[in-house]
Amino acid sequence: MKFAVVVFPGSNCDHDAYYAVTSNLGQQADFVWHDSENLNGFDAVILPGGFSYGDHLRCGAIARFSPVMRAVKKFADAGGQVAGFCNGFQILTEAHILPGALIRNAGLRYICKTIGLVTATADSPFTNTLEKGQLLHIPIAHGEGCYTADAATLDRLEAEDRVVFRYTNNPNGSMRDIAGILNEGRNVMGMMPHPERVSDPLMPGTDGIGVFKSMMAALVRSS
Amino acid sequence: MTETIPTPLDALLKTHKLTRGEYEKILQLLGREPNLTELGIFSVMWSEHCSYKSSKVHLRKLPTESARVLQGPGENAGIIDIGGGYAIAFKIESHNHPSFIEPFQGAATGVGGILRDIFTMGARPIAVMDAIRFGPLGSAENGARNRRILDGVVQGISHYGNCFGVPTVGGETAFEACYDGNPLVNVFALGVFKHDEIFLGRAEGVGNPVIYVGARTGRDGINGASMASDVFTTAAELQRPTVQVGDPFMEKLLLEACIEAMKTGAIVGIQDMGAAGLTCSTSEMGSRAETGIDFDLKYVPQRETGMTPYEIMLSESQERMLLVAEKGREQEIFDVFNKWGLESATIGKVTDDGMLRVRNNGVVVAEIRNRDLADEAPLYNRPYTKPYRDVPMEGPVFASAGLDGDLLAMLASNDLCSKKWIWEQYDYMVRTNTLAGPGCDAAIVRIKETGTSVAMSLDGNGRYCYLDPREGAKLIVAECCRNLSIAGALPVSLTNNLNFGNPERPEIMAQLVEAIEGLAEACTFFETPITGGNVSLYNETLGESIFPTPVVGVVGLLPTMKPIPSAFPAAGLDVVLLGGFGDCDLTHFGGTQYAKQVLQQLWGLPPKLDMEFEKRVQAAAREIALGGLTESAHDLGEGGLAVGLAECTFGGIGAAVSFASDLRPELALFHEAPSRVLLGTSKLEEVQRVAAAHGVPALSIGKTEAGSLSIAIANGPAMRIEIDRLYKTWDGALEEALHV
Repeated sequence: MKFAVVVFPGSNCDHDAYYAVTSNLGQQADFVWHDSENLNGFDAVILPGGFSYGDHLRCGAIARFSPVMRAVKKFADAGGQVAGFCNGFQILTEAHILPGALIRNAGLRYICKTIGLVTATADSPFTNTLEKGQLLHIPIAHGEGCYTADAATLDRLEAEDRVVFRYTNNPNGSMRDIAGILNEGRNVMGMMPHPERVSDPLMPGTDGIGVFKSMMAALVRSS
Repeated sequence: MTETIPTPLDALLKTHKLTRGEYEKILQLLGREPNLTELGIFSVMWSEHCSYKSSKVHLRKLPTESARVLQGPGENAGIIDIGGGYAIAFKIESHNHPSFIEPFQGAATGVGGILRDIFTMGARPIAVMDAIRFGPLGSAENGARNRRILDGVVQGISHYGNCFGVPTVGGETAFEACYDGNPLVNVFALGVFKHDEIFLGRAEGVGNPVIYVGARTGRDGINGASMASDVFTTAAELQRPTVQVGDPFMEKLLLEACIEAMKTGAIVGIQDMGAAGLTCSTSEMGSRAETGIDFDLKYVPQRETGMTPYEIMLSESQERMLLVAEKGREQEIFDVFNKWGLESATIGKVTDDGMLRVRNNGVVVAEIRNRDLADEAPLYNRPYTKPYRDVPMEGPVFASAGLDGDLLAMLASNDLCSKKWIWEQYDYMVRTNTLAGPGCDAAIVRIKETGTSVAMSLDGNGRYCYLDPREGAKLIVAECCRNLSIAGALPVSLTNNLNFGNPERPEIMAQLVEAIEGLAEACTFFETPITGGNVSLYNETLGESIFPTPVVGVVGLLPTMKPIPSAFPAAGLDVVLLGGFGDCDLTHFGGTQYAKQVLQQLWGLPPKLDMEFEKRVQAAAREIALGGLTESAHDLGEGGLAVGLAECTFGGIGAAVSFASDLRPELALFHEAPSRVLLGTSKLEEVQRVAAAHGVPALSIGKTEAGSLSIAIANGPAMRIEIDRLYKTWDGALEEALHV
């Protein structure tokens, strides 16, 4: 399978996602520059962490207008798998591919640490190899990860089983402890934690590889 | 020439921080009077910050060579061979003065500056560490300001490093009243590249174009290098315009564009514009290649209108680079920079006459030989007497009010408490190479391309160096090398940041000389040549000088492996003191954390160091680590045995330890003799066999166990504290002190 890793000028977790896919998952990956509108030939798309265009205004506020995001939208609309980690999640909400918004952490500070996550649903291409309720330890590294939406949106996300991960010990003030969500079609996921950082046996944990393995399992099943 | 020198001359020289004697030398070199732009150019290039005029004669004493050194001092950063065709570039630099004036931007641009030093050589930065020092957080007089400075510095480092995408993998934070009006911010960066990817800051090739890339030039940071070469008076806030403003996103673009442009093969030489901006980059690149540079300011991308030649030449606007390209291949470089949305412009060309010739719309506004700027700065062998110290040699009479309470008080102190609140604001994991990060004795970063890893440690100790600069400097080199050795790494090189007071005071100059000689001795002995560094003098506010504070960053090499934790990982392990109990008397106890935190005093001398013994301990520790003979290893540093044992319990496993000692209990528990390592091992016999082979004691002093830490001294007092209490005391103290 072939993964696209989108590269905005300020992406800085692009190499990490690439490494997780190629070295840890053993699949193919290619970088896709932000001015490309072509995602032909890819089986899945990863929007990596970083600071897209500097994130001076709001995280992802400029990135949503980039050519590659038009391609990502098309890819997602056609049912393709799209995963956004950290800044990738922020961009997906700014682009209205996922609902809600990610605002400044409740403590107003950047936080980098490994936190507890509960797998809230196993019914997704991103968690199908995990158990519902399974506890994972995955790092966060963000200043703006406080997930926010109106009550109706939150109710709907929960009613439709679209919350994919929840914090065990909410680090950033996210509403209803939400760390990651799915779109309506369940083929797009955004999550603030960084699974690519804990997918290698030498790293302090390998809980992140489950997300990549799930994506792979879903791709194999559908092909 | 369009400008003439206004009178009175003395006032003008004073604002440029040039002496009469230096002015005479300028007249002699030029053969005429300089105009104002030229005077400004001389003033920054001959500033202490750029020319090392007070320290150079002594810096020559430092060892700079080994088989691994590919590039020693004099370039933007030193380079060490790590095998497999790869190399690392690394260096430390200070941003002390700017961080006091404006903590956030001062620290942020400190990170930015050192990162550019690394990637200007072609290396991709893979790790940053910071050594930061402040006045005490709880000080009645200055506590609020110290807390604000710390918060600003931490957020500045966080802002810049996180966005740029380099992990901040370690460092140290220390507090002392002498840093009240003069905080220290020393930033270390390390990058990796292949041998054939090394670029130097040389303007080679007559006729080659000189190209400016990156951010536009503005009026920020004008004369920053001169500001950093002066003592502070009360008007520090008036100097705020001399602090630059950083944009880490721009720097990230610059990094990627530079590395991509280097791959075109069209770049001949490249240098970042740091201190003294355009002036320094042009004259140094020309001087190194013994060429001239002729350029016109009208081509320099400018952020604002109406800037004078003086302002453009002296601006320290951030995120700019100067490069020399192969003639005819300019477009290849422009294409790369356009791709990354950055400006690039040819501003002039390399000439054969060795002159820096600056034009403004064709009219020559400055004309000075490059080497006169870069190499002819006056060198001062400043007079020095005995190192300044104002504390007694003899210690006070004291008796502990309770050893349990002493230990808890020390763990809660600004110096020894957990710094997690600081480093959790830094991205220490990005690029997924951080095997051991903040909070470990040594940071370890793997190099994916080679299958090997680089270990690094940053350390300083102002108290030790105040008591004895020479011995203090040796102790910090020994400690850094020990930190690497217990992780299994072989120390191979060192970068230093010399933070001192006013060198024009002979007793301060003496501190600098003694410390450099101590460093030279230790670096020669431990075979860690110095490949570069930084000197920050005039760290003095209102006549109050900082403690002499050399900070060293040592790098070492090891195979990529799971790191050995410093905390005990399981119950039932033997607790081993590799290197033995060490020796101490009351005189050598005066610089310890116990003397500081419990007795609030400073006296005597730093701990005694036997370098030959230290080297054997390190060799043994390395062999034990690489042989997989220990489950945990922790260096005994500040706070001595009791604090070291407490730190080993922070993984959730305690220990019961007992031993006999001739020393009084306060000394036995808290003295800071070097050359000691705490191990938690299930292979006691093998550890002892290795230690014996190196002629080093490895004493079994107890067992790890769940629940609590107990320490019993034969015929003496015993202490027993729940590890939960130790941890909570240590863990929450910084937040409490910061009122956050």
